[in-house]
Amino acid sequence: MQSLTRNLASKIALLPMIIISLTVFVGCIIYSFVYSLTGSKLIPALNYVGFKQYEMLFKSRKWDVAVENIFIYGFVFTIGCLVIGFLLAVLIDQKIRGESLFRTIFLYPYAMSFVVTGLVWKWVLNPTFGFEHSMHLWGFEWFKLDWLVNRELAIYAVCIAAVWQGAGFVMVLMLAGLRGIDDDIWKSLSIEGVPKWKSYLFVILPMIRPMVVTSIVLIAAGVVKVYDLILALTSGGPGFATTTPAMYVMENFFSRANLGQAFAASIIMFISVVCILAPWAYYEFYFRNKEAKA
Amino acid sequence: MSLSSLSIEPSGSKPKHLTIGRIGLYCFILICALFFLMPLYVMIVTSLKDMDEIRSGNLLYIPKTLSFYAWPKAWSEACTGFVCEGLKPGLINSIKITVPSVIVSVSLGALNGYALAFWRFKGAYLFFGLCLFGAFIPYQVMVYPLLKIESAIGIYSSLPGIILVHTIFGMPILTLIFRNFYASLPIDLFKAARIDGGNFLKIFFYVIIPMSTPITIVAVILQVTGIWNDFLLGLVFAGRDNQPMTVQLNNIVQVDFGVAEYNVDMAATILTSMIPLAVYFISGRWFVRGIAAGAIKG
Amino acid sequence: MKKLISILFSLLLPLSFTSVSKAGGHMEAEVIHWWVSGGEQAAISKFAEAWEDMGGTWIDTAITGGDNARGTTVNRIIGGNPPTAAQFNISKQFVDLVEQGQLQSLEEVASAEGWRDFIYPPELIETCEFEGEFYCVPVNIHSAQWMWINNEVFEKAGVPKPNTVQEFIAVAPKIQEAGFIPLALGGQPWQEGLMFDVVASSTLGFPHMAKLYRDKDVEAFRDGKMEMVLQTYRDLNSFIDEGAPGRLWNDATAMVVEGKAAMQIMGDWARGEFAVAGKEAKVDYDCVIPGKEKYVALGGDVFVFPKNSDPKVKEIQLKMASMMVNPTVQANFNNAKGSLPMRLDVDTSAADACMQMGLDLIQQPSAIMRENDDWNSPAFTSAWEDIISEFRNDPNYSVSAAMDDLEAVLTSGL
Repeated sequence: MQSLTRNLASKIALLPMIIISLTVFVGCIIYSFVYSLTGSKLIPALNYVGFKQYEMLFKSRKWDVAVENIFIYGFVFTIGCLVIGFLLAVLIDQKIRGESLFRTIFLYPYAMSFVVTGLVWKWVLNPTFGFEHSMHLWGFEWFKLDWLVNRELAIYAVCIAAVWQGAGFVMVLMLAGLRGIDDDIWKSLSIEGVPKWKSYLFVILPMIRPMVVTSIVLIAAGVVKVYDLILALTSGGPGFATTTPAMYVMENFFSRANLGQAFAASIIMFISVVCILAPWAYYEFYFRNKEAKA
Repeated sequence: MSLSSLSIEPSGSKPKHLTIGRIGLYCFILICALFFLMPLYVMIVTSLKDMDEIRSGNLLYIPKTLSFYAWPKAWSEACTGFVCEGLKPGLINSIKITVPSVIVSVSLGALNGYALAFWRFKGAYLFFGLCLFGAFIPYQVMVYPLLKIESAIGIYSSLPGIILVHTIFGMPILTLIFRNFYASLPIDLFKAARIDGGNFLKIFFYVIIPMSTPITIVAVILQVTGIWNDFLLGLVFAGRDNQPMTVQLNNIVQVDFGVAEYNVDMAATILTSMIPLAVYFISGRWFVRGIAAGAIKG
Repeated sequence: MKKLISILFSLLLPLSFTSVSKAGGHMEAEVIHWWVSGGEQAAISKFAEAWEDMGGTWIDTAITGGDNARGTTVNRIIGGNPPTAAQFNISKQFVDLVEQGQLQSLEEVASAEGWRDFIYPPELIETCEFEGEFYCVPVNIHSAQWMWINNEVFEKAGVPKPNTVQEFIAVAPKIQEAGFIPLALGGQPWQEGLMFDVVASSTLGFPHMAKLYRDKDVEAFRDGKMEMVLQTYRDLNSFIDEGAPGRLWNDATAMVVEGKAAMQIMGDWARGEFAVAGKEAKVDYDCVIPGKEKYVALGGDVFVFPKNSDPKVKEIQLKMASMMVNPTVQANFNNAKGSLPMRLDVDTSAADACMQMGLDLIQQPSAIMRENDDWNSPAFTSAWEDIISEFRNDPNYSVSAAMDDLEAVLTSGL
């Protein structure tokens, strides 16, 4: 009884979160799972078909491509944002003139919606009107920028647009971390004669670990959900070369009126996310807390 | 407060003379800046060209003849169906959706973060964990169940309906960054306030909120841009009288049939991005300062 | 604590009282559709004008993209706030709604006005009728199986205009040599699927297509002709420019209009693009239905009327359904839209030479061809299109692998 009333105010304050976690997040997962076992088409119906939707999902060539793409995109986008974000933060940290101007320039794409980002890059990468055309007009006839229409490269075009949008945000996080480093550390590093690039990479980077982790969490949440950007940029094409799991889900929800399949795909997505996240979350919030207390 | 007063300005004296290394540094940073600016530049010049020049001319050149035809068209004349009002009605709707959604979701995020950081109870983190996983579930999965919930309580297809949805989807990340910020505050401060007889709400309002400015700015900026730029949720939950600007942008840009006017598309795109861009240009400096405070510290 | 609860309540309370009910109003009708471009707006406004002449109020909800618009309709039905009327295609898209009892039966007005006597062709009745009752109103017919030809390009290349896809393949290298793109294509799955269906139906004929799409007849699928069709389809690839992926259909049409490309395979809606550019049918451009036997494919749009808890709405819905099939309204609407009307007693004197071809053909019952999506669910047709699109885009995707994958879709029971 005592345990119930302990921190009662806190419990009540967290009630909205608890209700939402249970009804919306957990509820939606259960709902999706139940309907993934049905043959629902345009609207949800409880006509159970067992695990047939999952069978069809794993047989689908398109789903295979989608899974492969999300790994490529996740890897390139995450690494791209982290590397470029860190690099830009280090550059800006060199006491340069016009710092706030450059900071704004690198950050502004983050204010754009994915739809806008997709549209702009579609326009720039368009082989008939875009950058390639400009280069041809300038006499560089050999210049080729056909990423959007090339099956192998289209997914990397998506990555470029996404990194353009997200790198500035990572830069801000990293910069905030760098500015939190004590001057004494820099002094002692320069006394010991450690080259600057080595200091950044091996001393400073581990020190701003919280920023790196925050960046990764925010980026990763975006990776799983990537949909609008691809829709605006390539619509999943050429063929279905740039389709992603979120896109597969959306397509089956709306245009294909194949709800059962959409629910099955989203359950698989959810399970994958849990498998990747659970160990990290356990470490980050449980293990480390315990360690700190011990 | 060590964190909120954290300096984002460079410290130490400015380097006196230019070395080759620094020239290289500036060159490199300028190239990066050009890469980041190029799409915005293309958007602006394209919006000021006429269609002939767009089809025949160079994407990167400034317009030969300035054409302001696209801007008023995008703003107030472009048609959706046979209603020709451009983006204008969407602006008001977007504001009507964004302002209350940001206030409600940020308040809730702050309250959650505070409760989780200082008033932990058994199981609190389990729910928080569930909530965090929510941040990784694709929205699409939740559309149908949420529809059913909202129509059961009678708020589907209305302003409160869309505000509730934005609050739900904003909660995980907001709770996370507020919790991290509060966890980094010295616990002694909180203990002292408790000894002084402060209860849950008193401490929140009189001790915690006054210290939350930097992280609140970050939360507000993230939410304003996130909600402003949302398309899918607005389309599904807002109802036809409250369609946000992004839905109208889509109507103008994604014309399946008929002639695509790229200059109008670009003008419409810039208009739609105006508010979040302004938010970033004006508050970028506080954003950097505040974000340092919200990182995951474990 | 009380303060907190009261804050929470004050946040939640207004929510629960602002529920929306959109009935009320005399003859107020909200219509969801995806007709947003110039010509389409002109067409839908003919409906709106006719409705307002009857004393009604037309609330227009135009949403770009058929998927978005249909998605919105379904969401609003599930959410309990359905529109008065909503657009779908002539297809199986809305079957689920009928089966789950979500749509208003129009039988009352259909039998009173004798729809079964004047709706033409009768295939349209089949689309709308479930267990003897009408559930949708067909409003127009768009046919998909056309080759749009720029006469000047063919003259300059010095080659005759083709009557079949195979004839086109024979002359296309010459067009290429003359510096033109022989075939304009927008590389989106639906356009690639449309082109495949045109190649297949013009080569195999409609009865054979029906065996595939309607009967899912694996023997007919495996009789050796399909491989030929796939090979022909692949042969077309070398005549398409590499900028095709993601291109909109009207940008592809513009290539033909401007004389950059010689030909496009597209539905009759492409005619509007030529008209807007001031080109004249049979003079500047030509329209050819490929194949030895000529067919007119039966595509187009219907409106459905979701059930509403308010009984007054049903009356409004029946009135609107009746308005949409009215011969005068049909003439105005279809002349603006550039589509064929769904009844024969309509004034079509405004039709140009190409549209006249369609009008003549549709009066021969044996020339009417039904399409993939007329028989199959969107899940089936899009799974089919996926393979076709992938086959076009991936040169390593062999004919035999594509045959196996298509057969898997055919037998999937989707």
